[in-house]
Amino acid sequence: MPGTFEPLPGGGAAVALDDVEISIIRSLAAQLLELIGPGPAEDASADPLAELFADGPSEPPADPVLRRLFPDAYTDPARFPDTAEQAEEAKAYSSEFRRYTENDLRAGKREDALAVIRSLDELTIGGGGGDGDGAGDDGAGGGVLKLTPERSVQWLRTLNDIRLAIASRLDITDEEDSDILYRLPDTDERKPLVMAYLWLGGLQESLVETLMPQ
Amino acid sequence: METERTESAEETFAVPEPDVPWVTIVHNDPVNLMSYVTYVFQTYFGYSKDKATKLMMDVHHKGRAVVSSGSREEMERDVQAMHGYGLWATLQQDRR
Repeated sequence: MPGTFEPLPGGGAAVALDDVEISIIRSLAAQLLELIGPGPAEDASADPLAELFADGPSEPPADPVLRRLFPDAYTDPARFPDTAEQAEEAKAYSSEFRRYTENDLRAGKREDALAVIRSLDELTIGGGGGDGDGAGDDGAGGGVLKLTPERSVQWLRTLNDIRLAIASRLDITDEEDSDILYRLPDTDERKPLVMAYLWLGGLQESLVETLMPQ
Repeated sequence: METERTESAEETFAVPEPDVPWVTIVHNDPVNLMSYVTYVFQTYFGYSKDKATKLMMDVHHKGRAVVSSGSREEMERDVQAMHGYGLWATLQQDRR
């Protein structure tokens, strides 16, 4: 079935993607990568050890997508702290947690998104769809993407991050928001993003199924 | 919410008690797929399908679920892992 991951015998998963689907996923993964930002390596320090021990940020990101990807660890989103002291304490603990974890979390998400882009590039350059030499393959119609179990997990996480990012941009914060978006008229400018969101949800759903432990 | 808690006198103190466990809480959001959340609970925590599904349903219907408990360091590790999967998790000391 097109657009649905199927389990591969011996582990891993495969999906048939056409060239439009490939370019949509690639573009969204690249945007995610750009949003997550460069590694600490690009922050001028030439000392790899300094980079290894560099502290992460202590303040939450300004961008709402990043705030969702890297939420405060000690701030319960549904409950207000009882006292001002407790609020202060939660803020201080969250800052500390962020300093020690956010760089690693960003690096992990970056690695996953890069793996997605790499596997799509392997598919298009490797001749999954064309004749293999890359010449005249434009619009050849994509190919069958095959993922190892390890890559499947990276895809799973990146598809989820992309969907979180789109949902944040579309202001989907509760179940009712998504219900409204499903019924948008074709003329609404958010329609293409909503279509991508729904399609990626189906894709992710089928990929989870192939990975689900029994 | 059903969590294991120790009924002890220490809980009446407001100061953090070292022997009061910390908990990792996963919060509901309309984006994460139910199957994905179950998958994460099964693979990361090693929970059975039944337990993972029950926790996922708690997150979905009650808005939150305590998914693990232990030392503060362990819970920070769990929260970081949940953020790595894109789940919205926080930790707190289980004092009530």
